[in-house]
Amino acid sequence: MGTRPPQQLVEHAAVPWLLAVALATAGPHAGHLPLWLSLLVGGALLWRAWLWFQGGQLPPRWSLALLVIGAVAGIGWQFHSLLGKDAGVAMLVVFMALKPLEMRSPRDALVIIMLGYFLLLTHYFYSQSIPTGLWLLTAMALLTATLIRLHGGAQPLAAIARYAGLLLLQALPFMLILYLLFPRVAGPLWGLPQDAYAGLSGLSNQMSPGSISNLIQSGAIAFRSQFVGELPEKSELYWRGPVFDAYDGLTWTARPRNAPLPAPVIEAIGSSHAYSSILEAHNQRWLLALDVPTRLPPDSSLAPTLEVLAREPLRVRSRFSFTSTLDYRANRSETSEALQQALTLPPKLNPRTRALADEWKSRPPEKIAEAALAMFRNQQFHYTLRPPLLGPDAMDEFLFVARRGFCEHYASAFVFLMRAAGVPARVVAGYQGGEVNPVDGYLTVRQSDAHAWAEIWLAGKGWVRVDPTAAVAPSRIEQGIVAALPAGEPLPTFVRLDAQWMRQLRNRWEAANNTWNQWVLGYNPQRQREVLARLGLTDPDWRSMSAWLAMLCGVLLLAVMVWTLPKRRPADPVLRAWKAYCMQLDRRGVRRAEWEGPIAFAQRVADARPDLAALTHEAAGCYAELRYGRGGGEQLRLLQQCIHRLPPQGT
Amino acid sequence: MRLTECFQRWLFRVARDEQLPIVLSQRRIFIVPTPGGILFAVVLAVMLIGAINYNLSLGHALIFLLAGLGLVAMVHTFHNLFGLRLTPGRVQPTFAGDLAHFPLELENVRRQSRRALEFSFRDQPMVTFDLAAESRATVAIPWATQRRGRVDPGRVTLATRYPLGLLRAWSYPYPPFSCVVYPRPIRTPLPPPSPGAQTDHHHGDSGQEDFAGLRPRQISDPTRHIAWKAVARRSDEQVLLVKQFSGGASDELWLDWSLTPVDRGEEDRLSILAGWILAADEQQARYGLRLPGQQIAPSQGNTHRASCLQALALYGESRPTGGH
Repeated sequence: MGTRPPQQLVEHAAVPWLLAVALATAGPHAGHLPLWLSLLVGGALLWRAWLWFQGGQLPPRWSLALLVIGAVAGIGWQFHSLLGKDAGVAMLVVFMALKPLEMRSPRDALVIIMLGYFLLLTHYFYSQSIPTGLWLLTAMALLTATLIRLHGGAQPLAAIARYAGLLLLQALPFMLILYLLFPRVAGPLWGLPQDAYAGLSGLSNQMSPGSISNLIQSGAIAFRSQFVGELPEKSELYWRGPVFDAYDGLTWTARPRNAPLPAPVIEAIGSSHAYSSILEAHNQRWLLALDVPTRLPPDSSLAPTLEVLAREPLRVRSRFSFTSTLDYRANRSETSEALQQALTLPPKLNPRTRALADEWKSRPPEKIAEAALAMFRNQQFHYTLRPPLLGPDAMDEFLFVARRGFCEHYASAFVFLMRAAGVPARVVAGYQGGEVNPVDGYLTVRQSDAHAWAEIWLAGKGWVRVDPTAAVAPSRIEQGIVAALPAGEPLPTFVRLDAQWMRQLRNRWEAANNTWNQWVLGYNPQRQREVLARLGLTDPDWRSMSAWLAMLCGVLLLAVMVWTLPKRRPADPVLRAWKAYCMQLDRRGVRRAEWEGPIAFAQRVADARPDLAALTHEAAGCYAELRYGRGGGEQLRLLQQCIHRLPPQGT
Repeated sequence: MRLTECFQRWLFRVARDEQLPIVLSQRRIFIVPTPGGILFAVVLAVMLIGAINYNLSLGHALIFLLAGLGLVAMVHTFHNLFGLRLTPGRVQPTFAGDLAHFPLELENVRRQSRRALEFSFRDQPMVTFDLAAESRATVAIPWATQRRGRVDPGRVTLATRYPLGLLRAWSYPYPPFSCVVYPRPIRTPLPPPSPGAQTDHHHGDSGQEDFAGLRPRQISDPTRHIAWKAVARRSDEQVLLVKQFSGGASDELWLDWSLTPVDRGEEDRLSILAGWILAADEQQARYGLRLPGQQIAPSQGNTHRASCLQALALYGESRPTGGH
């Protein structure tokens, strides 16, 4: 406390704070930066810390300029651009690491703080999970404390931490109000760099051997569904994804259409199920719905092949409501073009399979399908995640030699057989099953539930689902992937969670995440409207929202103002009693001067008003004893009584 | 110009404060963002665009938290000044060219400390002060003097950017400060004792040669004249005694305006006189001062020295200088 020496430079003792800021905001990026960059950043910060410790000179500016140019060139070489998301983050990290090396004035310190805020934002490109959210609060506390330290001079660490915490605590209600009411704009505002959505996982828009067995290695959630009524049987939960009707001998794809096909015709037979799903972003247009959907969410359409397509690729986790019917007739009158496509095979390949199919050609289509399924069931076929590699005649090798495969092998072999036998058929990819989380009742479907099955077209019945995997490994459909695969298959541990407590822990964690996703991450313009409507603000436009926002912020600001109003300690009772006594004497004609001590005053009173001498002497004695001696509550009471014992005025 | 002055006077209440202590009420505290605060706002805007574009919900949360922090900082910066009590202290005279220090007693009645209070006069160096919770302290606000005379340094700028440096709250208290600035002394040899004086004594020692007795001490007596031995002997009494010396009128030294070089300017001649006063005081001489139109009878001691120097400082002017 007291006068502080003037500061032209950043205080020596404040430098570690700024280094901590640099470390806290740039450090967590090490996970997705190239190693050389992480080493450069770590080296620069260590160097600066060493200079601080030694009290050494900062390096000359030209050497830093060279370092920056070198680092930028390295980034350009590594990312092939300086503008993308990853390259931009790398540049920010480099600036953050090198800025402390030329930090001299308080303005440089401010730049570091602002860079820190930017870097905090960039973390959310990579993760917006609950831990990242908590990290946000911690890092904000550090940045705030650093600002306090920069402007408030040396203080005990605890005092700085407490004050930073107080500021953040008071800022939190503002954050909540702004979060709730600030008019949300649906992004993006402009075209995003190409790498913006890299790393989103999910079903691909093509299928080749291995594509689904790779996907099921991941325990990541694909989507979560909440059913309005009863949950259907697990074996009925076929979540339809992309439909593949073109085969080139290795890969199944969806054939691009020249002219739009007519909209599908669905006749629902059974009861319908309403549910809403929170789909993770997968950067594809299809939305995963139960076979087959009858009511679609807005801004989506049903493709001729019955999958639900959104207008734009799904780039953020979003919520959709569907109604599906599990018993249906679909496209009983299919166009000849579609049927023709469902019979097309690449010429010449797989002669043995074609020969087998030729034997079945004379039978009715249902019998052909049954024959194929019987073959899978009765002959030595194995369901495995580790199928052998197949050569150019993949179907021949699979059906007659290897006989080991995963669902994509069975689905594609079945469809090939059907087409070769003259039955229109196609492959459907998607997810099968799911697991109910008892904590919040949501059905959780993971990437490990990815599946592929077949559909054949029968006259009078339309497209009918046939799942050849069910023939080979019925438990896959009834119980899930873990039960279907023999022990020793390379399933990741998170799929095989046997321990009950671990399963419970995961359920709780995922339920918490689901709440977080809906309330924090999924809070988009539409959700905002829903929430505000529930709060009684029906159909708000940005004007009324801004008005509410301003009003609530004003009220909050007032509350904070009152909260932080300078607090005074209650007045000293001894002093109050003495002053009250002196005021009474003042009214009776004797005024105590500010500088006058109690005893001297009592003496003067004795001269001026002999009638009050004894009482004043007692009061002054009490006060002196309380103030300068060892007086206690007894004296205070006496002093207070003196006031009442004074004779009334005018006597 | 006059209009802006009137406006400033109305807005900032720039008038000498009659009521002491000066209490900083909300009416006289102003607050605007600092350049750093404006940068903060721009950074937030850019971050918001980024968060919207990439659909970063947590990014929104971060930005809103920062915005809330900015609002909260406004309240805290304001409260860092609000309710502060200021009482001007006595100003020590200084010589022209030196820094005058205007003491301002600060009283903080609240339970939180008030940090990073910046005090300055207009166009003058700034001093930063940290005030503990529930305490009083005195800050000395510097003012670089240039000319002799009575100085009114004008309003004090009391500003703070604590805690986050994003906003600057300030107030313009105008305590009734006044400081006498002596002429900058120019050292030249003392003039000879005045005509008619007995010159058998070395003039510098005059007045202290012959012990003439003891008398009770007055405040203006230099401490070196206290008769410590006599005081110690007469311990029953509380009075300090000083030695009295027989110094006749013949030993008096007159520092006369007419003795200063005529070819120098008025200010220089006052400076020479100031130099003489200092020299005479150092030599413990009895000296008097003659200026056109006024005369101070010979005497010695700190009070005498101060009144002589003040006469020089205020010579030829009764209006205050400096200030605004």
